[in-house]
Amino acid sequence: MTRRLLSRLANPQLLALAGVLLINWFLFPNFFRITWQDGRLFGSLIDVLNRGAPVAILAIGMVGVIATKGVDLSVGAVMAMAGAVAATLVVAGYPAPVAVAAALVVGLLCGLWNGFLVAILDIQPIVATLVLMVAGRGIAQLITEGFIVTFTDPVLIFIGTGTFLGLPMAAVIAIVLLVMVTLLVRKTALGLFIEAVGVNRAAASLAGIRSRMLLLYVYGLSGFCAAIAGIIVAGDIRGADANNAGLWLELDAILAVVIGGTSLLGGRFSVPLAVVGALIIQAMNTGILVSGFPPEFNLIVKAALIFLVLIIQSPLATRIVPVRMPAREASK
Amino acid sequence: MPDEQFALEARGIVKIFGNHIALDAVDFGLRAGEVHALLGENGAGKSTLIKILTGAYQPDGGQVLANGQPVYLDNPQQAQGHGIGTVYQEVNLLPNRSVAENLFLGHQPTRFGLVDRRKMEREARTILSRYGLEIDPSSELGAYSVAVQQIVAIARAVELSGKVLILDEPTASLDRNEVERLFEIIRDLKARGLAVVFITHFLDQVFAVADRVTILRNGKLIETRALDDMSRTDVVRLMLGKDVAFSGATGVEDARPMGEVLLDFSNYGRKRSVHPFNLTIHKGEVIGVAGLLGSGRTEMARIMFGADAADEGEVSVAGKKTTIARPTDAIKHGFGFCPEDRKAEGIFGDLSVRENIVIALQGKLGWFSALNRDEQLEIAGRFGEAMDIRAASLDMPVKLLSGGNQQKVILSRWLATDPAFLILDEPTRGIDVGAHAEIVRTINRLRDEGLALVVISSELDEVVAYSSRIVVMRDREMVAELNGENINPGVIVQAIANHRDEELA
Amino acid sequence: MSRSLRPLFATAVIFAIAYALAVMQFPSMFSTRVLGNFLTDNAFLGITAVGMTFVIISGGIDLSVGAVIGFTGVLVAVLISWAGWHPLAAFGMALAVAALFGAVMGLAIHYLQVPAFIVTLAGMFLARGGASVITQDSVPVSHEFYDWISDLVIRLPGGGRLSFIGLLMVAVFVVGALVAHRTRFGSYVYALGGNTVSASLMGVPVARTTVGVYMLSSVLAALAGIVFSLYTSAGYPLAAVGVELDAISAVVIGGTLLTGGYGFVLGTFIGVMLLGLVQTYIIFDGTLSSWWTKIVIGALLFLFIVLQRLIFAASAQGEKAS
Repeated sequence: MTRRLLSRLANPQLLALAGVLLINWFLFPNFFRITWQDGRLFGSLIDVLNRGAPVAILAIGMVGVIATKGVDLSVGAVMAMAGAVAATLVVAGYPAPVAVAAALVVGLLCGLWNGFLVAILDIQPIVATLVLMVAGRGIAQLITEGFIVTFTDPVLIFIGTGTFLGLPMAAVIAIVLLVMVTLLVRKTALGLFIEAVGVNRAAASLAGIRSRMLLLYVYGLSGFCAAIAGIIVAGDIRGADANNAGLWLELDAILAVVIGGTSLLGGRFSVPLAVVGALIIQAMNTGILVSGFPPEFNLIVKAALIFLVLIIQSPLATRIVPVRMPAREASK
Repeated sequence: MPDEQFALEARGIVKIFGNHIALDAVDFGLRAGEVHALLGENGAGKSTLIKILTGAYQPDGGQVLANGQPVYLDNPQQAQGHGIGTVYQEVNLLPNRSVAENLFLGHQPTRFGLVDRRKMEREARTILSRYGLEIDPSSELGAYSVAVQQIVAIARAVELSGKVLILDEPTASLDRNEVERLFEIIRDLKARGLAVVFITHFLDQVFAVADRVTILRNGKLIETRALDDMSRTDVVRLMLGKDVAFSGATGVEDARPMGEVLLDFSNYGRKRSVHPFNLTIHKGEVIGVAGLLGSGRTEMARIMFGADAADEGEVSVAGKKTTIARPTDAIKHGFGFCPEDRKAEGIFGDLSVRENIVIALQGKLGWFSALNRDEQLEIAGRFGEAMDIRAASLDMPVKLLSGGNQQKVILSRWLATDPAFLILDEPTRGIDVGAHAEIVRTINRLRDEGLALVVISSELDEVVAYSSRIVVMRDREMVAELNGENINPGVIVQAIANHRDEELA
Repeated sequence: MSRSLRPLFATAVIFAIAYALAVMQFPSMFSTRVLGNFLTDNAFLGITAVGMTFVIISGGIDLSVGAVIGFTGVLVAVLISWAGWHPLAAFGMALAVAALFGAVMGLAIHYLQVPAFIVTLAGMFLARGGASVITQDSVPVSHEFYDWISDLVIRLPGGGRLSFIGLLMVAVFVVGALVAHRTRFGSYVYALGGNTVSASLMGVPVARTTVGVYMLSSVLAALAGIVFSLYTSAGYPLAAVGVELDAISAVVIGGTLLTGGYGFVLGTFIGVMLLGLVQTYIIFDGTLSSWWTKIVIGALLFLFIVLQRLIFAASAQGEKAS
């Protein structure tokens, strides 16, 4: 049992995360120092958790979509829309729970819209979700009427910046979501069906799986997760910035999923490893920041990371060195 | 005639995939000015041989000779350079481009570096008229019927290659008139001295257009002969196994006990797929379906299971009328279906053996009442053991298993759903002897347990051994239903070969 | 009418109607001045979109073009203002760097067999990061060559001006159309987008064509970057953020099928003009806010995606039935 646990921990993603953290420690000796102050934890590691939470949450939704051979480009725009909805409603005097619920519903509807285009109209996912990627930010601006809508609602601000048991609220939400979605896909048959549809849709249909409903669910979940991330980001800056909220985060989320070992060609997936992927990205960001490099290096490092992952996962590489797909290990 | 100069010749070709011998020392000689039919059931090695002749595969043994000279074919372009052109069943052209461009792609006439479209279209018109096509060369190829596209593909292959034309099931999706038109073109090319290889599953067409025939079975060369001195029955017999005609009646027990009616298909059919058929299926009986590839046998299985929806006729299950428009409907009634193409439609290659076994049951239960890992292992273990699935672990990806074990996995998948009716499409094709025996044993056991089964198979001895009744498919139509002593390979061969023309051999 | 012409026809009709409605409301929109500015203001988008048209026809996508524009702008500005290069030499350098950049992406897409989407995403990060590493600020360019170019205008009756960069865009469209429709390379690009397996069986050099397509896209993006540099007389690493989306939208609205195989360079021109019209209209109106541009573009995108879906699904079924 311990050995199985150990071998499970020894997967490339966790090793990579450990490696990045070690490099950070090397560049910045105080990296692992965590202090307790004013009832909350402080430190670079906590910062990684806090800053990494939005992408991690997006990745939690994205991983199911990618496992079905799809992709959701609209999540960044959906974040902006959800933030705009929540902010505008609290500013208009609605109680925070109503605003949050409305934002979540908007996210869910956006996801279902994407799912409708993909599952029912049979439009390629990258094309279908492009529509909302382009229009979504415009709709968000329409909601905020072009302004950065700032608010002082304590509940929303707490969601973005508060702490729970000393941990940043954003990280707590991400962890709760991670646990819930992992349970959802692994304790029900949803995960198995998603993988089956991603591996072989024709066989799935002959085995009696309703792939259309399934696609609606996964895109719906992706939109829902994007809305949560959008509310957190809005709470963090105490305002909804329709132009910049979640900008390009869809790409980070896809990257996190790919780093997490889920192939863009669908099939095996792992929600926890996608979150680890998001943490790797954030650990690199934070590392570059704390070690005094200009933040612009981030993009270059990210590009290098994508190429590395692509080369490792490419059919060419598997032909030369049979690489074990890590997700297969983790999903058991 | 060992010294005979062939336009294209294969000598002692061996091709091995893993531990499966796809071609075992096959000889094949093609003369200029002949139409040579290449016959064999799926898995006989036809397509492997064609791929070697066109340079898509390299042989593991033997050699290919063009005009008596050994040639090394590395890719289709090289084969083209040696005068070998190929037309595939699924037209391998570009429906999104113009007819003229499809004829000339890669060889377009240019002027000042730009494609001279007028010249290209003029030449295309000349070429097309030689094939009796009066179509606008500037129009999009995809706008035309498959038959026209097929002719354009032939024109391209002949214009670029010019010595050998390989036609790989060109008639599979053509209607009668279109086939006739294609034959005129083939005869014309033959008169021009081309050597034509013709692959088809329709015997009528073989006899209509071919001069000689080569028959492959299980990767071995069975016979190359002139068609003049062969009957249809001879051909079918050679394709399906030469002992058939001599095995006579197999001494079936008198009508096997039959249970109550489980299913009734009446006038059930689908346009352009299967002619309406009538079939009543009882509990505890196996209905064997015989017929060559392309006879509509798979299409019949698919509409029974709702994989394709029937557009006419009715079905009733246990006396109650119902509709089966999609697989989930069928599964609800206790149906199961093992498709012919295991890899494309059966297995989930990256998923584990365990998951592959439980997936249909889980699909039936819905996603909320999930089987946990232990239950899955128990179910997979139970059926794995019953079916004798040889896997190092139930958690290994199913794609690493042999074909026979994959087939057992799919069968286990349906048995786990506790089915009332199973449709097995070629369950024993391309699998090893041990797995073969296991599957036949399972079919017998299930019948005795009271299940109803429809089994499609080209292995006549096998069908005869376990079937209570046999229906014969030909040209997308159910042409015969055989009972009692008629369940006999000889009779089946006759029925497949169209017994209007001949007496019993 | 051939089915591939139908979306193009629809675009042209929509553009004509939209323009007519706009002119009815604001008669001054029908002037050489507005039309001239149309070309100038959209020059860099148009040039980028030509490259994107090739990529999409081949069945791929290029997310890196906006970043390449930004990178080129910075590189050119730095070479001229800091290193003292002549602008033409700087332009040549930028185009060469872009060609190499595109070639690497094309090679990765072909040989690693991974979706173009993720490779060009890495390219986008690389180019944007590279630009930001060179400088984080806007680098102004002042060189007599720049002044000379901006004075190169053809004056039209009615106060309109045809600028050099506007004409350059038109020239790129003309050459692009010739390459797409009248060269073997062009036919190979369509072949790839139609069916890669058939294309390779028919002897299309798949690897060379793939590399060529991404090189072309990157080089045209770099040319767009040069145009942007001439237009703004500066290089800024965050310039042209999101232009890849505008370019993709223009290509799709111009009647090119996002799944590849069908499309027209001329259609992309109309697509770019339609996007320009939406923006110009919103500026003319004055009361409408800029975000309507995105919403309208999204709506047009949706309209055309569904339209293409219907046209191609319907004719595919027609084929089966015939």
